[in-house]
Amino acid sequence: MHRKCKGVGQAAGEDIKMDTTIVSVKSLVKTYKMGDVEVHALRGVNVDIMKDDFVAIMGKSGSGKSTFMNILGCLDIPTRGKYYLDGVDVSSLSRDELANLRNRKIGFVFQSFNLLSRTSALENVELPLMYNKKISSHEMHERSMKALEAVGLADRAHHFPNQLSGGEQQRVAIARSLVNDPVVILADEPTGNLDTRTSLEVMAIFQKLNQKGITVVIVTHEPDIAAFTKQNITFRDGRIIKAIAVDKPRNAMNELASMPAVTDEEDEL
Amino acid sequence: MKVKNLLKAALRSLAKNKMRTFLTMLGIIIGVASVIAMLAIGEGSKQSIQAQISTLGTNVLMIFPQASSSGGVRMEAGSSQKMTIEDVTAISDRCPSVAYVTPQVRTSGQLVNGNMNWRTSVYGVYPNYFEIRNLKLMSGNLFTLSDDRSATKVCVIGQTVVNNLFGANTDPTGSYIRINKIPFKIVGITEKKGQNAFGQDQDDMVFAPFSTVQKRIMAITFIQSMLASATTEALIPAASREITDVLKAKHNLGPSEDPDFTIRTQTDIATAATATSGILTILLATIASISLLVGGIGIMNIMLVSVTERTREIGIRMSVGARGRDVLLQFLIEALLISLLGGFIGVTLGVLVSQLIANILSWPVTITIPSILMSFLFSSAIGIFFGWYPARKAAGLNPIDALRYE
Repeated sequence: MHRKCKGVGQAAGEDIKMDTTIVSVKSLVKTYKMGDVEVHALRGVNVDIMKDDFVAIMGKSGSGKSTFMNILGCLDIPTRGKYYLDGVDVSSLSRDELANLRNRKIGFVFQSFNLLSRTSALENVELPLMYNKKISSHEMHERSMKALEAVGLADRAHHFPNQLSGGEQQRVAIARSLVNDPVVILADEPTGNLDTRTSLEVMAIFQKLNQKGITVVIVTHEPDIAAFTKQNITFRDGRIIKAIAVDKPRNAMNELASMPAVTDEEDEL
Repeated sequence: MKVKNLLKAALRSLAKNKMRTFLTMLGIIIGVASVIAMLAIGEGSKQSIQAQISTLGTNVLMIFPQASSSGGVRMEAGSSQKMTIEDVTAISDRCPSVAYVTPQVRTSGQLVNGNMNWRTSVYGVYPNYFEIRNLKLMSGNLFTLSDDRSATKVCVIGQTVVNNLFGANTDPTGSYIRINKIPFKIVGITEKKGQNAFGQDQDDMVFAPFSTVQKRIMAITFIQSMLASATTEALIPAASREITDVLKAKHNLGPSEDPDFTIRTQTDIATAATATSGILTILLATIASISLLVGGIGIMNIMLVSVTERTREIGIRMSVGARGRDVLLQFLIEALLISLLGGFIGVTLGVLVSQLIANILSWPVTITIPSILMSFLFSSAIGIFFGWYPARKAAGLNPIDALRYE
């Protein structure tokens, strides 16, 4: 079972150039051992994700979509199969090499934000750059501010996570994920803890980043959210059962504009 | 991660739990402070013992004849009569490492001044005895070698003798006393020296020219012992060898034969005494080090709790690219900061406590730089040693497990 998931912009691409394939997964298998029981989280997954693509991975809980995301994010290693990220064979890398890959090529956004508490928004965004020795403190600061600007939170740079709303925290997390200029941003249920409006805000940011040329992969179980992306892949029981291009992706920015205005106090809630 | 950022992160996480950080540090603070204080007390007592011993005079060698025996009955040490004034001359002529040498005879004398009397030791010595023993006169003058040659009846007396024969705060220089009914002119008073390390009153003595005591009071021809001083402390062993050679030759003993005399040096006594106080110091420092060790275990305990508590933070850091060694370093630096900061406060506290002991209990206290450096080194070593295991544990976490940890 091998499906090619091409970006809408590359619908005509029969002859796909390798250098535009950001993620390439071949017969990926992941098996967990829970005591004596073997849990087959992934049973042979084949996917190619192109540059500039915006993919939603869907499926019920237990379908293997989170496991798949963790492997894409180099947080977990597959039991069998090959995973090429930006041309690099990830399956054979050491712990440190995986860490470097996470540091340079991947941006991760979590459902529960995962910001460091008692650390300002700016410093949270700076975190990935701190683990890159080549970047000076000055450059670190500049790039982090730029990332915060990109998510519209430049004025909140010195706020602590507990002084920010859920939506703002998630935007800080997105700023953190893009500060290192990753080849792909992976978001695991980024709107799972957010209300409709803030979900829209977050999706608007993802769409904006995608338009700028950043590849984005999100996991979601909400079809509404998946409708904002260009490509939907559905998992069931560790396999891909459906991979379709979204006909007309919804535009989060426009929908936000048409929503009734809310006061700032309500937004803070 | 850069050192600056590492330090910043470590300081922040320590500041987050101020009370906990302080309590953890307290173990190290108390440990280091007690090590410093104990070493200061030990070193102080060692130095005061050394100072007391040096009041006996430094570089001093004592030469005693062996025990005599007559018909198989052995007599007490020093009872042999084989040592003579020629031995003294031979030593002073032929031993280059010996600065001074004096014969010594000692007897008990009943001292009388008017209606007061006192019994004490009377020493017959050369004037250079005062150089050897580092004795100084408070008033008057020393008798001379010509006094010795003519066996003049003059003497120098100690402060205790003055107090008992003339009363306190008097200067009897020039007065006459009778020693065993023989009149002696007092030519000088020795400076007060107090008790020596063995509780002997060094002011309860009378000194007179050697010949005077030997011939006029004791009426003997031999000498009881000799006192010599080496030119420098380092030359004591050389002086001892030279004296042995000269005396053996003088007494017609072959090189392989046992000498008929014994040489004891001041260093022997000093070594024995300082060894005792050295053992005391080690004992005190060991007890104090145990508290430092307990402080270290405290650090390990808290770091382990901290690692568990911050599993999620570790997961976040790893997810954005922290390698195992970055996490290891972060926790190690935290442990090191606790122990170094604790060490610093501990040293300060230890110095204060030592001063307090010196002031309130008036114990001799000496703080040495090596003891401070050692405490510092030791406490940072403890930080690394006990911080290592928790830091390793943090670094070995699986990012995905760490992120999922609740």
